[in-house]
Amino acid sequence: MNTKHQKMYVSVIACYDIDGNITPQKVVWKNNIIYAIDKITQKIPAASLKSGGYGMRYTCVIGGHVRYLYLEENRWFIEKRDP
Amino acid sequence: MERVILHCDINHFYAGVEALFQPQYRHVPMAVGGDKERRHGIILAKNPHAKKYGIKTGEPLWQARQKCPDLVILPARFSLYLRFSQMIFKIYQRYTDRIEPFGIDEAWLDVSDVMLLYPDPLTIAKSIAHDIFQECGLTVSIGISYNKVFAKLGSDYKKPNGITQITRENVHDIVYPLPVGDLLYVGRATTKKLHRYGIHTIGELANSDQDFLIRHFGKWGSLLWHFANGQEYSSVALASSASLVKSIGNSVTTRIDMVNMDDIRVVATVLAESVASRLKSHGFACRCVSVSIRDDHLVSFTRQKVLPLATDISKEILHVAMELFEQNIRFPMIIRSIGIKADQLQPTGHPTQLSLFVPFERRLKDQKIDQAMDAIRRRFGFTSVIRASLLAKPLLSDFNPKGDHVIFPVSFFKPQ
Repeated sequence: MNTKHQKMYVSVIACYDIDGNITPQKVVWKNNIIYAIDKITQKIPAASLKSGGYGMRYTCVIGGHVRYLYLEENRWFIEKRDP
Repeated sequence: MERVILHCDINHFYAGVEALFQPQYRHVPMAVGGDKERRHGIILAKNPHAKKYGIKTGEPLWQARQKCPDLVILPARFSLYLRFSQMIFKIYQRYTDRIEPFGIDEAWLDVSDVMLLYPDPLTIAKSIAHDIFQECGLTVSIGISYNKVFAKLGSDYKKPNGITQITRENVHDIVYPLPVGDLLYVGRATTKKLHRYGIHTIGELANSDQDFLIRHFGKWGSLLWHFANGQEYSSVALASSASLVKSIGNSVTTRIDMVNMDDIRVVATVLAESVASRLKSHGFACRCVSVSIRDDHLVSFTRQKVLPLATDISKEILHVAMELFEQNIRFPMIIRSIGIKADQLQPTGHPTQLSLFVPFERRLKDQKIDQAMDAIRRRFGFTSVIRASLLAKPLLSDFNPKGDHVIFPVSFFKPQ
C-alpha cells in the first residue's frame, strides 16, 4: 500500500458510437508514444482511492497489462505508479 | 409483513470526499473547516485520524489545532459534496423508490417491497455499501430495523463501515443499554430532565410509565415512549416528493458578534429580505416564520410563530422575526448566528380571506416595494440598492444570503 500513485491526465483517442457510448481506443503517453488498447473488460462507475478522483472506470488490457482508465467528466486519467 | 427500513449514514462525509480528491491527506489527521475570515471557523467534519486526537465536529479551528498541531484543515467545497450526495441518492434509487434524505449525508430507505429479490436485509445493505464504496470511495454505516428510529440507532451503533441489524429479538441487547440521549429527538435538555427522573438508558425509557412521561413532558413524552418501544410507523417518503420545497430559510454567522437588539435587527433585515425575495421567486407565501439563534457556546434553539395571513412581504417577515427575537433573547448575551425560515408554504395565488383590521392597501404597497427592489437587484447587482438602516453597521450587513448557498438539515416531522 505504500507504493505511491499519481493521478496522471492523458490524451485518449476514443470512439463515440451512434448511441453516445464512449469506447477509448488509444492512449497517448508522454513523448507522444501511443498505446493501443487491446481490450476493455469492464466499464463501471468507480472511485480511484489510489490516485484520487472518480468517474467511469474502463478496465483496459494494454500490451498484456491490465490498467484502469478513468473518464472524469470530460478528462481521462490513469493511476500512474511512482518510480 | 414486517417493514424493512435501512438508515444509511455516510461516514465523515465531507472529509471522505476531500480524501478522495486529495489522497495525500487520507492517512494524516485532516478536517474540513469553515472559512476563518468570515468566522465560520469551526470543524465541519474530520477523518478517523483526527478523531483520535479528540477533535469534535463544531469546535473552533484554534481549539482543534491545540489538540493536534499537525492537523490539516481543508476549506469546504459544498457544491462538490452536493454532487456526491446526488450520486449516492442515485445509487439508492437502484434499490428502492422510497428514499427519505435526512440532511446531506443520511437517508432512510424502505426496502420492504424489494425483499423478495434478496435473501435477507443484510445482503441488500452489504450490496448498497459495496456500491457506494466502489463508485464514490466512501464508507457508509447502515442500520437495519423495522422502524425508522431504530434504523437510525443501528447506523450509529457501529462506525465506520458497519452494518447493524436490530430485530425484535435482539432489541433488548442492542437498543436498551444505549444512553437515552442517542434516541432521535432526545436532545440535551430532555436528556437532563430524564436523568433527573432516573431514566438513563433507552430501555429504562421504554419500560417507564407512559402516563408519567406525558405528565412531565406533555405530548412529547408519549412520542418518546413510543420511539423507545419501537412503535414508530411513519412511512419513508417517496423519492420524488423529496425535491419539493418545504421551507425557505437563510441563516448567517456574522463577522462580529451581535450584542444588542439593534445588531440583531440589522442582520435580520438582510435575512428577511432574502427569504422574502426567494419566496417570491418560487411563487410561495408562508404561513409560519421561525427563527434560530446560536450563542457563542454554539448552543442553539429555534422558535416559531404561525401567521394569521400568508405573506411574502419582507417587512412582515421581519416584523414577526423581530417579535420572536425580542421574546427569546435576553441581553447581555453574545449571539454568533441567527436565521430566519419561512414554513408552511402555499402558492401565492391562493385565495385569501380579507380582514377588516389589516390595511390591505399598505400590504400591496409593501409588496410593490419588494418587487421593485428585487428588479433593481436583478439588473444592477445585490448591493445596488440597500436599506439606509443597514449602512450603520456594515460589518454585520455586508453579506448576500440569497447568493450564498445554504444547506439546511431537514426536520424529522415534516408535513406529509
